[in-house]
Amino acid sequence: MMRADDFNARRQEIANLNDTQLRDKFWQLTDEVIKPLLELARTHTSPSIERSILLRMGFSSLETQVIVAKCVEYGLLSKGAGNVVWRLAQLESMEIRAAGLALAEGQHWEGVKAYFAREVKR
Amino acid sequence: MKLEPNTKLDIAAIFQDLESYRPRRRGWIWRHGLQAQNLGPFIFRQTSANLAHGGALPAAKYFGGIDPQPECTITSEIASGRFEDDLRRMRMAAWHGADHIMVIRTAGQSHFDGLIEGTPEGVGGVPISRKQLRATRKALDLIEDEVGRPINFHSYVSGVAGPEVAVLFAEEGVNGAHQDPQYNVLYRNVNMVRSFVDAAEAKSLMTATGMAQIDGAHNANATAREAWKITPELMVQHAINSAYSIATGMSQDLICLSTVPPTAPPAPAVRLDLPYAVALRDLFYGYRMRAQMNTKYMESDTREVTVTHTLNVLLSRLTSADIQSTITPDEGRNVPWHFNSVQAVNTAKQALVGLDGVADMLTLQQNGPLGQKAREIKERAVLFLEEILACGGYFNAVQAGFFVDSGYYPERNGDGIAREINGGVGAGSVVPRDPDYFAPVCGHFGENHLPEEISGQPCSAIGGCTLCKPDKIRYIDELDEHDNVAERLRATKAYRAELIKPEVEWAGDGIVQLTMFLPTGQRVAGAAGLAIATKLGLQDPEIIHTQVMHPAEGTVLELKGKVSFAIDPQQLIIPPEEKLLSADEVRQALAQEEFRVVAATVGEDEHSVGLKEIIDIKHGGIEGLGFKIVYLGTSVAIGKVLDAAVESAAQAILISTIITHADIHKINMRKLHELCVEKGIRDRIILVSGGTQITKAMACECGLDAGFGRGTKGIQVASFLVEKRGEMAAEQGE
Repeated sequence: MMRADDFNARRQEIANLNDTQLRDKFWQLTDEVIKPLLELARTHTSPSIERSILLRMGFSSLETQVIVAKCVEYGLLSKGAGNVVWRLAQLESMEIRAAGLALAEGQHWEGVKAYFAREVKR
Repeated sequence: MKLEPNTKLDIAAIFQDLESYRPRRRGWIWRHGLQAQNLGPFIFRQTSANLAHGGALPAAKYFGGIDPQPECTITSEIASGRFEDDLRRMRMAAWHGADHIMVIRTAGQSHFDGLIEGTPEGVGGVPISRKQLRATRKALDLIEDEVGRPINFHSYVSGVAGPEVAVLFAEEGVNGAHQDPQYNVLYRNVNMVRSFVDAAEAKSLMTATGMAQIDGAHNANATAREAWKITPELMVQHAINSAYSIATGMSQDLICLSTVPPTAPPAPAVRLDLPYAVALRDLFYGYRMRAQMNTKYMESDTREVTVTHTLNVLLSRLTSADIQSTITPDEGRNVPWHFNSVQAVNTAKQALVGLDGVADMLTLQQNGPLGQKAREIKERAVLFLEEILACGGYFNAVQAGFFVDSGYYPERNGDGIAREINGGVGAGSVVPRDPDYFAPVCGHFGENHLPEEISGQPCSAIGGCTLCKPDKIRYIDELDEHDNVAERLRATKAYRAELIKPEVEWAGDGIVQLTMFLPTGQRVAGAAGLAIATKLGLQDPEIIHTQVMHPAEGTVLELKGKVSFAIDPQQLIIPPEEKLLSADEVRQALAQEEFRVVAATVGEDEHSVGLKEIIDIKHGGIEGLGFKIVYLGTSVAIGKVLDAAVESAAQAILISTIITHADIHKINMRKLHELCVEKGIRDRIILVSGGTQITKAMACECGLDAGFGRGTKGIQVASFLVEKRGEMAAEQGE
């Protein structure tokens, strides 16, 4: 967009604000700008977030890559990759680490997929 | 392991047992400002605790060797591509006053969808990996013990793998990071949805471990065509990241605005930059200011850059800075060199200390152009935010090219950086969380639905996450058997201990810098300079700076090149360190036998300061040790000096002389020696000369017994005289 500097025309509505009012307006507008961004972040996740969760659960970066890629493939990222690992450990009475490594090796995916499909229906 | 100031950092030892090394602390540490601190002859108003060990500014010797540490954090940016060599640079930077070590990432890491492991070599920065971070933190732990001050370690939580990098930093004791989703969107073309979703998680992790955050707004300065026009947008960028960070739970005390004075001379820089600095600190009261130095208008002239950076520090002192960052003055011409990085730290320290307390004496005149311009910038920023909302929000504004437009908002030049909401790296990778979404870890942001059987902390479901139980961290050593630190250390081993080779960046790189004036125009000078470097045997000579002194009369060149040889210190003949008698030993010797000395400034020279420093009792000179001095004054002829010596039966003559173009100083020294020989007293009298550029070798070559240069203390001369008299007596006794 091309536009000449029309500052003097645009500022009329804010020209009469004192410095405190101007600052308050600045932050109120900023809060409005970030509100939808924050809501998006609160309710969504990404492969990097899920890998970061697996890292915190004690998996290596290489292991997190494989597990999260499989979660995407099986449509389970929206459950949380950590949740998938944790749920498998519960279902199969496994240690958390053993469950994650089994998933990284491609095992149990149909089982956890079926479990979460049942969960949603309930 | 403990560092000793006279021993090199043992890089190989850093890697021993690294897999079990844990950082000693988490979180950022600010310096504590002291309102009034007595140091040497002064009271300082804006300093912090002294270092246990460190390097003072050269002029400190006039003030009792003081090394005042400003109250604000000082950054050193470090980015050589080989982190093992950076460790030594960090030690040097900390020694000179840096307590914020900012490691630049290798080119391309922002687009790496995951973590890098091992220690590959980087380009323009370091590949940030667990091993690299852990080794660096371990070295910094040693370095902070050496200097006696906490060192904040910092890198970048940006790019498409931000949350993973944030976990890595939290686990490995990194204390601060750049984190700003706008940087990803505008400059790295990472998808905007992904960037903002990831950023919330990354910020939450930083908050969980007390990391300080620096935003990315300063990049708009460096990118915009006319940097001073982008000031309204800078306010908007700072605000979006700051408010977003607060909303994720980050403390205002750890949110640092990355602010750069936008202009540089020959622009009227301070007049343009000050209103922006004032407006920023007004709108963002309560946030921290990270004052960066200008990089936009930087050429190859380190002198010019140093002046610009000093003006930048002036702005910091006239307003405020919690972190004073530094940029190496040679960034404009090559990868930053060790010593230039350290010089940048010294530029900041020197200017901050020089301006100590200046705000107590000056008031910014708000009623006038400063207040008017600051108000105008704020109003323009408010209008910018209104238009973002009017066009449907932030994502739409980015799509419409609102940001980094070179116009002074609301002016628009149509050259902003536009990104598509569905475009960029990582587009389409974000998914909504289901109602049964669960993340069994700490530091997680947003919806987290704990299963019924879990109560308390989410990570109780797994018996603790790595932030609570660091022993769960999985350490990977190396993935590439060739591109790793062990191989690089093997290849450069000789230059780390046995041999000496010049170095500016990497061990054994062999690079030296030459400065020369050539009495010819620029083009010829360039060719001639390269020919000279080649004749001197330098490999790969390259001109790194040219400055025309006059189009016809001459050009200054700075060149770099590599030497192909190394020096074996075992083969060097190094004169033994001078051993001085103590003041008491001198007094004892003089009590046993009187010592008469004739002293004068010779030739046509009216300088008396240097000689008086050596002899006067009030300057701690040799008079105070018991010498009997006959001082003849200035511009004394050599013959007169000799006459006075004979008359007073002096045992020594001290002459002071300045260096002259016609070598008069050497002629005078020789004449003194020859006249003494003629008079038959040479074997009974000690002849000493002194002056700013006199050396022992020069004096001895002219027939004298000793010469003393700049910085000589009375005790050195006294010690020499007493010992020499003893030697002469012994010889005569034989």
